[in-house]
Amino acid sequence: MATIAEKILAAHSGRERVSPGEFVNVSVDVVLANDITGPLSINEFERLGVSKVFDPQKIVMVQDHFVPNKDIPSAIQAKALREFSRKHGVVYYEVGRAGIEHVLLPQEGIVGPGQVVIGADSHTCTYGALGAFATGMGSTDIAMAWATGDAWMKVPPTIKFVLHGRLQPWVGGKDLILHIIGEIGIDGALYSVMEFHGEAVTSLGMDGRFTMSNMAIEAGGKAGIFPVDANTEKYIAAHPPKSGPRPLLKYHTDSDTDYVRVVEIDASKIEPCVAFPHKPSNTKPVSQAGSVTVDQVVIGSCTNGRLSDLRVAAEILKGHKVHPSVVCIVIPGTQKVYSDAMDEGLVRVFMDAGAVVSTPTCGPCLGGYMGILAPGERCLSTTNRNFVGRMGSKDSEVYLAGPAVAAATAIVGRIAGPDEVAPATQEVSTK
Amino acid sequence: MILKGNAHKYGADVNTDVIIPARYLNVWDAALLAKHCMVDIDPEFTANVRAGDMIVATTNFGCGSSREHAPIAIKECGVSCVIAASFARIFFRNAINIGLPLLECPDAAAECETGDTLEVDLALGTITNVTKGTTYTASSYPEFMMGIIEAGGLVPYTTRRLGGRRA
Repeated sequence: MATIAEKILAAHSGRERVSPGEFVNVSVDVVLANDITGPLSINEFERLGVSKVFDPQKIVMVQDHFVPNKDIPSAIQAKALREFSRKHGVVYYEVGRAGIEHVLLPQEGIVGPGQVVIGADSHTCTYGALGAFATGMGSTDIAMAWATGDAWMKVPPTIKFVLHGRLQPWVGGKDLILHIIGEIGIDGALYSVMEFHGEAVTSLGMDGRFTMSNMAIEAGGKAGIFPVDANTEKYIAAHPPKSGPRPLLKYHTDSDTDYVRVVEIDASKIEPCVAFPHKPSNTKPVSQAGSVTVDQVVIGSCTNGRLSDLRVAAEILKGHKVHPSVVCIVIPGTQKVYSDAMDEGLVRVFMDAGAVVSTPTCGPCLGGYMGILAPGERCLSTTNRNFVGRMGSKDSEVYLAGPAVAAATAIVGRIAGPDEVAPATQEVSTK
Repeated sequence: MILKGNAHKYGADVNTDVIIPARYLNVWDAALLAKHCMVDIDPEFTANVRAGDMIVATTNFGCGSSREHAPIAIKECGVSCVIAASFARIFFRNAINIGLPLLECPDAAAECETGDTLEVDLALGTITNVTKGTTYTASSYPEFMMGIIEAGGLVPYTTRRLGGRRA
């Protein structure tokens, strides 16, 4: 009897089964790096003195953090990644033909169910939404995997989260995962796999699932996995791998006794949620946020930069103006999301409202560029972390929420629920 | 190996954003990263730290981003090891991979204060707080991980593995 994670790790380590706590060498299907973590990996790879990578088709490089280059040192990093990628012929995504890695890779069909994906970015866990075992590692681990095609892992225990009931209007994946982190704390799933079940997530679209898996790391999780279902299969059919069809590997956990813990949540009671500074676990329902004025709103990132996130934001912003004292920055997650948002008229809504619409970048989320905060400034953001100094000055504040609360906040000028600007009865087209 | 130095004590959830903020991640040179180590949690850290000193914290040290720049900056400052009640998993891997020793010991972490002189025996996993006259034993590393530590980090460990494969 085994969990999804254990079955995937067993299949990738040539074993019948693996048990939590065991150390295994796991073969990897995709190895990811970006313009910040990649250059360090290149350094370490070159120290090894190996001339070739194990399989150029399984190595993916994405320019996304500080690009288009924000300064000369960033340009040097981007150049290092570009040159190494060309030299080794790996899968490489250039600015203007790419986007934020964790929005991009599912969209391009690079990641899929049953795979083991490792990436030098903590939010690599996003791909668990597709039923993959995906986890973030550091640059040296990634560099060694470029050479060997495998990585060591300690098999993690799995915690099952069952989200019962139907979701309230405007509640999406971000509200669910913030609520969970608020309940269990930022180390509540330390070294564990979070596996998501229940009516509330079965009905959740893939974009909402990506958001939830993305933030497993914010609870200390090693992976955040959804079982493959009809929604997953539909998404995969619409985003086929360019390298040709892949077998659809559907793993399921055998029994509840395979979990280290089962957490049951009544999701029908969850309101749109906000995480206050300076921890993602510092959550409150938006109705209890009080009067918190903001200077900036960011809508985007690997957490909430997908088309359905922009649709939710546009639905609320349509016909409204961004509050005079707020800067609103909208960042579509990939070039394709940007293009689709233009075709659907969403970009027009944002621009008419007085928001900035930027080319895809991780920029403001990690305090890189494109929306850095001054001392004393506050930002409500659809990103994933709100630690001290995350988005700029150590004396600034970041509040985390989903796109509905972000759009409402941009209009009202203080943290606000969508009910304050749009009728609550309105159905959200995609969650 | 015996490590000796003074403690720099912090609380829970010391995250990689405060260990090395992303605004300094446009370079990957260890010496440049070390100049900004701990800046958003302790602006005086780089001025106060001496070779051999130890960072001590409570739970979930190193949570947040996967940036290996964090343990690199700490190591480059001359910090000989980090002692904490618990570590975030990516930070834990990264530190082991680059040869920065970590010791998991809730009691030592709880009772230690900034300025205490500590002595660590890495082979035995013992931590002595010389100032307070107390001794603790940290959790031991799994055998698998000892292989990486004994090789001097993941790069030499992998070199050995690849050498074996070619032979």
